[in-house]
Amino acid sequence: MFERLYRMLVKEFIQVLRNPRMRAVLFVMPVAQVIVIGYAVNTDVRHVPMAVYDLDRTPATRDLIARFEGSGCFDVVRRIATEPEIQEVLDSGEARAVLRLNRGFAEALSGGGSAQAQFLLDGSDSNTASVALTYASRISADFNRSLLEQRFSRTAGVRLDAEPIVLVSRAWFNANLDSRNFFVPGVLAMLVAVLTIILSSMSIVREREVGTMEQIMVTPIGRLEFILGKTIPFAIIGLVDVALIALIAVFWFRVPMLGFPPLLFLGTGLYLLSTLGVGLFISTVSSTQQQAMMTAFFFMLPAFMLSGFVYPIANMPKVVQVLTYLNPLRYYLVIIRGVFLKGLGLEVLWPQMVALCLLGATMLLLAAGRFRKTMS
Amino acid sequence: MSTAQDAFAVTLRDLERQFGDFVAVNRISLDVRQGEIFGFLGPNGAGKSTTIRMLCGLLEPTSGQGTVAGLDIRTQREEIKRCIGYMSQKFSLYDDLTVEENIDFFSGIYRVPKEKKAQRKTWVLDMAHLQEHRHTRTGLLPSGWKQRLSLGCALLHEPRVLFLDEPTSGVDPLSRRSFWDLIYQMASEGVTVFVTTHYMEEAEYCDRLGLIYRGELVALGTPGEMKGSLMADQVLCVSCDRSHDALGVAATVAGVRDAALFGHDIHLMTEDAEHLAPRLRQALEAAGFQVGTVERITPSLEDVFVSLIEARDRADGAQQEFKA
Repeated sequence: MFERLYRMLVKEFIQVLRNPRMRAVLFVMPVAQVIVIGYAVNTDVRHVPMAVYDLDRTPATRDLIARFEGSGCFDVVRRIATEPEIQEVLDSGEARAVLRLNRGFAEALSGGGSAQAQFLLDGSDSNTASVALTYASRISADFNRSLLEQRFSRTAGVRLDAEPIVLVSRAWFNANLDSRNFFVPGVLAMLVAVLTIILSSMSIVREREVGTMEQIMVTPIGRLEFILGKTIPFAIIGLVDVALIALIAVFWFRVPMLGFPPLLFLGTGLYLLSTLGVGLFISTVSSTQQQAMMTAFFFMLPAFMLSGFVYPIANMPKVVQVLTYLNPLRYYLVIIRGVFLKGLGLEVLWPQMVALCLLGATMLLLAAGRFRKTMS
Repeated sequence: MSTAQDAFAVTLRDLERQFGDFVAVNRISLDVRQGEIFGFLGPNGAGKSTTIRMLCGLLEPTSGQGTVAGLDIRTQREEIKRCIGYMSQKFSLYDDLTVEENIDFFSGIYRVPKEKKAQRKTWVLDMAHLQEHRHTRTGLLPSGWKQRLSLGCALLHEPRVLFLDEPTSGVDPLSRRSFWDLIYQMASEGVTVFVTTHYMEEAEYCDRLGLIYRGELVALGTPGEMKGSLMADQVLCVSCDRSHDALGVAATVAGVRDAALFGHDIHLMTEDAEHLAPRLRQALEAAGFQVGTVERITPSLEDVFVSLIEARDRADGAQQEFKA
């Protein structure tokens, strides 16, 4: 058993590592990708370009505009002089928001009354728009409060001290609400899945296409020996990649690593059972490498979408939520985010680990069951 | 296991394999003795490879029985794999491994005993003349060398029965010759060799031949028997000018069953060569051809197979042509 397995492993490693291009794909690409994607995948909204249409031109309007500029959330990129320009800047995308202050703004305020300001948003990117709207509301609320304070101290001679309710909020696990901390572990999960699924889905079908499979099938090698020989090398490569990417996440992107790192590898090991199981299963049901590649992509796309990588599972329709329970990525994301950001241990993460174990074992058994030492 | 079966390295009884409606191998029965070189001949698609694959445990028979080295091909497939060597027409070693790595791989998969590993490796390298190329990537070797290495890897575990499925297709004649020297050597050491081919000159090297056509065993015997008793027709060899044109005329002469070009000569199948010869010369000369010799010859194996296959086609009433 062990001699055959050992020979299979030696052979697989030679085949994978001897090819310089393969080495680059396995070890350079994931690193380069996590760096690029780590910068790119970011839903933080800062420096939203905005235009100002100020018809009043009074100290009050200048104060409000200055508050927008000073918030860091908005950059005033243009001051508009005519009505049609509003359409123009929003159409061209030069600005994503327009603040319009009508004539009489200051006058209305000074009379102790209320004035209106119009805030126009480009809603085509709904995420940015809603975040920008939140910022704008906060800025106008601050503006209101300081205005009220002024009025009170002037008329009543007392300082208005506090609002009835003060909400003091703090985000745990990610104090700055830095979306990178959330996404970089996700990118790790995705890259490792792509790598191991593609590698393993090609592996058996390649031998079939080249003709070496026929030779293997007339040898007394066992099915388990063969399947393990195809699984273990890719699992080791996957673990090495996870280590590399985790190092970059922690030391380059400063993603906090609060948990116990070996736990990450335990979770990864179980996760790889599933991805490799899926890959090998695809390989056993495909007759050409092209077919295998296509099938792998058809699996991966929904797996990423329905994992909670970007879109929260809680927001999905119930039926789709049920589907996500079959998705290994779903559990793995909970594990790595838990280990990285929350410092969770096995006492919390064990259900995810068990789920990955079950999924992985099922997929590998299915693949081994599909694999026959006879031709169809 | 009965003694009768022990004498035979391979036995087939009504072995059949269907793919859907298509009968690839149709109830074939034959026996191959220990140490024999058995040639399995037939045109492409006749069922040669399908038969070999059933014997090697790569395909399950639809019906019928078979044994290899005394083991049942239905129930003892994994045991059979331990004592056979198999090499197919398609080169099937790992191109990206070196010669030595390929040998080590198969040596490990076949679990060649530790103390014998080095000796077997040397044997393969010597046999394939690859001592100096042991660190060369297999993919870079010429095809004749690859075939020798393939054979070597199939023999690492010293199998008792060796299955070769068109082992020399795409190999130059010189390499083919030296390949057959190796096969003879194997046979002299007691290995049973079951080989398929469609090269007629290779068929002559075999101890016994089976001809398979459209899934059926058409003839079985030594090359000598094939040319003698199995051949119902006699062969006339005619040399004349413009033989290509003359072929058309010759084919229409009464008593000619079939006519085919052989180099510049025409070979004619007939039931009675003696009576046909003068009539044929007459007919050709009347048509304006310069006729040289017209003589009865010992048929070549190719003649035999063409004749047997056409007889089968006539019997079947089918129009399919044999492409040699």
